[in-house]
Amino acid sequence: MLKDITIGQFFPGDSIIHRLDPRFKIVITLIFIIMLFTGGTFLCLAVGAVYTLMAVLLSGIPMKMFAKSVKPIMPFLVITAVINLLLMNSGDVLWSWKFIKITHDGINTSVFMIIRIVLLIVGSSILTYTTTPITLTDAIEHLLSPLKRLKFPVHELAMMMSIALRFIPTLIEETDKIISAQKARGAEFDTGSFMNRARNMISILVPLFISSFRRADELATAMECRCYHGGEGRTRLRQLKSAPRDYIALFITILFFALVIALGHICK
Amino acid sequence: MMSGNIIEITGLHFSYKAEGDDKAAAEVLKGVDLSIKEGEMIAVLGHNGSGKSTLAKHINGILTATEGKVIVDGIDASDESRLFELRQHAGMVFQNPDNQIVSSIVEEDVAFALENLGVPYEEMRRRVDDALKAVGMYEYRLHSPSQLSGGQKQRVAIAGIIAMRPRIIVLDEPTAMLDPQGRREVMSTIKRMNREQGITIVLITHYMDEAAQCGRIAVMDKGRIILDDTPEKVFSQVEIMKKVGLDVPQVTELAWELSRAGYDISPETISEEECVKAILKLFAE
Amino acid sequence: MAILQTEELTYTYSIGTPFEKTAVDHVDLSINEGEMVGVMGHTGSGKSTLIQHFNGLLKGTSGRVLLDGKDIWADKEKIRDVRFQVGLVFQYPEYQIFEETVFKDIAFGPKNMGLDDEEIKRRVYDTAHDIGLREELMERSPFELSGGQKRRVAIAGVMAMEPKVLILDEPTAGLDPAGRDKILGHIKAYHERTKNTILIVSHSMEDIAEFADKILVMNKGKLFCYDETKKVFARSKEITKIGLDVPQVTKVFSELRDRGLDFGKEVYTVGYAKELLLKKLREKENGRIA
Repeated sequence: MLKDITIGQFFPGDSIIHRLDPRFKIVITLIFIIMLFTGGTFLCLAVGAVYTLMAVLLSGIPMKMFAKSVKPIMPFLVITAVINLLLMNSGDVLWSWKFIKITHDGINTSVFMIIRIVLLIVGSSILTYTTTPITLTDAIEHLLSPLKRLKFPVHELAMMMSIALRFIPTLIEETDKIISAQKARGAEFDTGSFMNRARNMISILVPLFISSFRRADELATAMECRCYHGGEGRTRLRQLKSAPRDYIALFITILFFALVIALGHICK
Repeated sequence: MMSGNIIEITGLHFSYKAEGDDKAAAEVLKGVDLSIKEGEMIAVLGHNGSGKSTLAKHINGILTATEGKVIVDGIDASDESRLFELRQHAGMVFQNPDNQIVSSIVEEDVAFALENLGVPYEEMRRRVDDALKAVGMYEYRLHSPSQLSGGQKQRVAIAGIIAMRPRIIVLDEPTAMLDPQGRREVMSTIKRMNREQGITIVLITHYMDEAAQCGRIAVMDKGRIILDDTPEKVFSQVEIMKKVGLDVPQVTELAWELSRAGYDISPETISEEECVKAILKLFAE
Repeated sequence: MAILQTEELTYTYSIGTPFEKTAVDHVDLSINEGEMVGVMGHTGSGKSTLIQHFNGLLKGTSGRVLLDGKDIWADKEKIRDVRFQVGLVFQYPEYQIFEETVFKDIAFGPKNMGLDDEEIKRRVYDTAHDIGLREELMERSPFELSGGQKRRVAIAGVMAMEPKVLILDEPTAGLDPAGRDKILGHIKAYHERTKNTILIVSHSMEDIAEFADKILVMNKGKLFCYDETKKVFARSKEITKIGLDVPQVTKVFSELRDRGLDFGKEVYTVGYAKELLLKKLREKENGRIA
């Protein structure tokens, strides 16, 4: 059923990674991503891999969850690897057939790229697996708050994001209901001609739009009744508090980053 | 307050302005007078389109009178500079439980108004917990609203209002979309708020059994209040109630029919117990 | 004759997960042609899941559903035809309206059946008449109508398929007493004209008492009972026990019986209560005079 779909990828748990301050987690993830793209050697990548593995183990999230997050991008990985393999002409030629040449460098680049992207996906999955979407939104609002001075609507964006998160399950359930109701009137969504199916999609979309507008209108009134007037002077029930462990995590990450930079220099 | 009335509505008229044509505006409220005492629990009963929801929306300034005055807790509801103060004093709960819950975590939704009002964290935490306990939803504080039943969602919405520490709660058909279990939960929560915290309750409804649980009923029809009295007195007007498209309790209707046939039974019978006793008496004579 | 039957119908969802739950549990049921059935049960009793099996929106994990004696799943390809024969109107059906005109929206079902224009037109006008929608509304946008009218358009959309069995899930939810009486009245008139089988899910015992010949009660996924209205109300104490309400007059008469005033009849409508009491009171007076 549609409503069984989970929103975001949050995987409940109580690991040290789950407990980290989401703001730190975002910053750490950013550093991690930069780290992966600094230092173009296998040794640097190995450091990144050790770091990722450490984080994965600490998060207590089963390996198969990470396999699941890598799976959808597999085709993309294979295609880019093949392209790299074929287009890279420098280095020792290992095998050739007509105009196709497989070189040592080509294999190196392909393997390097695959490892880098897999690490990237796994590393950022740790963030989304251990942080609820709503906390993430909150953390982003905090991190972006300096932009408020530049008149950037940080609070409004965060509010929109959190309302969207709140209403996703409601709208999924509603879509489910509308589909059943139209099926009961003989609408077909998985069989029939293309034109017919397209027309039948309208029978879902129109009611869904209308009800979303109605919801938006009612929600706006309800928010006004509860004295909503934008982000100014607002306090929050959810307090983001940093603890020593957050600084330690950040410190370790920076340490790894420094190691990657150093290795990158030495190997050159 | 001098009058002792927490809500004082006098000569209230209201028209929705038709787009582009002021004259075509339909008058929804045609001169409503209503005074409500502090601590009262009053039901405003009426069919769809009788103007009851429109009336409710004047109490916390969502709509402003075309003519007439609405004074709530000493605040003139048309005074825009005191709008937040007014809304804090008179909270509002709506019909659709889904469309008034803002946050994806129960306790954060309850905190929403307090966050807007800039209440400091420590106090907010205390008030949110108190409000959740008051409606019996404390153990659900970390749940997502989508995991709750309709009745539970409405109780969360009520907690969100209670947290503001209002003196009045206006509920606009809060049970219309609920099943009987949810309706019972919501009704008992409202009654408890009234009894234990002394909050004035204005319950907009078309369910006569809910109105019967209030101390006073105002019946609306065509933008006017046509009856305003105790449930016994109001329901005994069986003919008027039926004419304006409303129900009366079955026992009231039965008593009224019997009394019309000349038997000694009061049409002001609204409870089953009273009805049983009266019938036993008829047969004992 | 039985039109709709279930044999050992069971539906379990989320099998193999911690959320596994049996919503419909070995239900054996036989509904006769032309019956007007009230369906009750509190939220989570399985009644909504059950009715979605009748037109094949859900397929039981075990057991069968028979329409006219034939297994509705005998030919998977034909399940759409089952939906035309067993019409299902969901709760708050006005939210499924999508066409530009009332006519087109009511015609959606008949059109999907592949009927010709002439027949579609006849059906749309017939059902509009049955449900009390004036002809001049037919070319209006359904979104301009009042809540009660929209609800009736949506119900007409299913009725126009002229199903042998019409199932309505809380057709009066959220309506005021006048709107409720109007819709129930129209459904009753439709039933009298077509003699089709009708199932109405309702939380209001007082409404069910007014229209139903038979009552189906679901409790915790099981069929609690399916019987004539008066026989079901004779078990009002058991019904109250499983968390359902019985009409106020039924409670009054049950209390009277407990206090030694037994009329020997099941009372569940005000009209009948009045008639019965007046008759008995007169008998008593006459007895005294004589």
